[in-house]
Amino acid sequence: MSDELKSPPVEAAAAAVPLMPLGKVVAVTSGKGGVGKTFFSANMAAALAKRGLRVLVLDADLGLANLDVVLNLYPKITLHDVFTGKAKLEEAVIKAPGGFSVLLAGSGMVEYSRLTPEVRGDFLRIMNSLVPHYDIVILDTGAGISDVVLFSVSLASEVIVVATPEPTSLTDAYATIKVLAGQQKRQTVRMVINQTARLGDGRAITLQLQQVLDRFVVSEPGKSVRIIHMGDIPADPSVRQAIMRRQLLMQSMPGCPAAMAVTQVAIKLQEALMPRGG
Amino acid sequence: MTLALPDPQVSASAYLQGVIDGLCELSLKDPLTGLANRRHFMAVMERTIDMVARSGDPALLLMFDLDHFKKVNDTYGHPAGDKVLQVVARTLMKCVRPMDTVARYGGEEFAAILPNCHGHYGEAVAERIRQTIENLSIPIAPGVDLKVTVSVGGAYAPEWVRSTTALWTERADTQLYVAKAAGRNRVALDQPQEIFVSAEEKNMLFGHLALGDPAWIESIAGDTPAGNAGGNAQRVN
Repeated sequence: MSDELKSPPVEAAAAAVPLMPLGKVVAVTSGKGGVGKTFFSANMAAALAKRGLRVLVLDADLGLANLDVVLNLYPKITLHDVFTGKAKLEEAVIKAPGGFSVLLAGSGMVEYSRLTPEVRGDFLRIMNSLVPHYDIVILDTGAGISDVVLFSVSLASEVIVVATPEPTSLTDAYATIKVLAGQQKRQTVRMVINQTARLGDGRAITLQLQQVLDRFVVSEPGKSVRIIHMGDIPADPSVRQAIMRRQLLMQSMPGCPAAMAVTQVAIKLQEALMPRGG
Repeated sequence: MTLALPDPQVSASAYLQGVIDGLCELSLKDPLTGLANRRHFMAVMERTIDMVARSGDPALLLMFDLDHFKKVNDTYGHPAGDKVLQVVARTLMKCVRPMDTVARYGGEEFAAILPNCHGHYGEAVAERIRQTIENLSIPIAPGVDLKVTVSVGGAYAPEWVRSTTALWTERADTQLYVAKAAGRNRVALDQPQEIFVSAEEKNMLFGHLALGDPAWIESIAGDTPAGNAGGNAQRVN
């Protein structure tokens, strides 16, 4: 960690000159806020941890983080203290209830919600020192398609876009995928449809998105972005209960339909990331 | 370059100031064309990057390369080539605002920085320059007028973000190459990120919604009966 990593030029994030993505880093993003992105990140982390993997969830929603709320964790030391030099990185990484590690952004990160060279450098340095210690690092990004979101996604080898079947959510998910395909030259984007009402909804939605992408988003000839449907999380009253109690669904109600769906997605992700170990 | 310097006997400080001004001029300008030299241009670029990172005002970098300039030198000699460069330089200056900086970047390569230049203006300015140069008749000898064309590549500095001169130049250069590869005498600008979702795209995304597919509408209806969730549970098992 004492190694001062030379950070690449800052423009790379905004203009999306593709960075070298870090292995086994998964960005969870959505376009629209309030679709269950953080809920999904935390519970998938718990599902992966349950399968024996060392998992870290990093609160990459620097401006308006709410991973702390989902996990009901309010540590004294956060990413903010690491950024400001008040604490060491090791002190800010804490154990979450689901058996995974978490690095929370903490309040006061709003000043870091703009991508300055310092923020970028700090973030890269932190990622580089953390990634080797885990099997999977999940970046819970902010909503929207801001510089910070695109930058944190650019550090990940895999992207999962979470959407709900609402038109607004789908439009924003589509816009996000469009940018990821155009700017970061992503060839595959994974998708999870949250709060589906019926079997097959997510697959139908994903197919529809794929058709629109095929028609309108051609980044390079013959190389349009592919959506990999990772699964649906059914609308389930247990989710609301868990969120209101600020518990992880995987812990409080591991047998409910939504929790089992999250586990299925986790298995699929593990198989994709580590074909042999899975 | 000869400078009319004040008499040092009359005012030593005025003389000194004259010398300093003269040296500054020499260090900032390209002697042949009178445009900013590359060093000065890089300094302006650095300053513009700072401004863009702070203000978010768009700034455009344009790179110009005279097409087939080597032929001019080879056919008509270097004095003719120099004349062409001078006329093109003057023309470039006339096509931009006083706040813009135009430089001789290399042999037959010119560059311009246009601060506070919003999207559609950039395209218009670059195209105007290209056309104006295309329409020039440059007299290089009695009775001999030359026609030249220019390829233009351009890129905007990313807003709110600190770029580097190297990255910004590289993106403009890439576009210049695109313009050259497409047949020269044309403009290619690096397009700012496009995250616009058109009505056509939305229509296709929700085509089935517009048709009023009852199953779909039911599926996105707010309250979901518990039975549906149960149905999914069987699937995920």
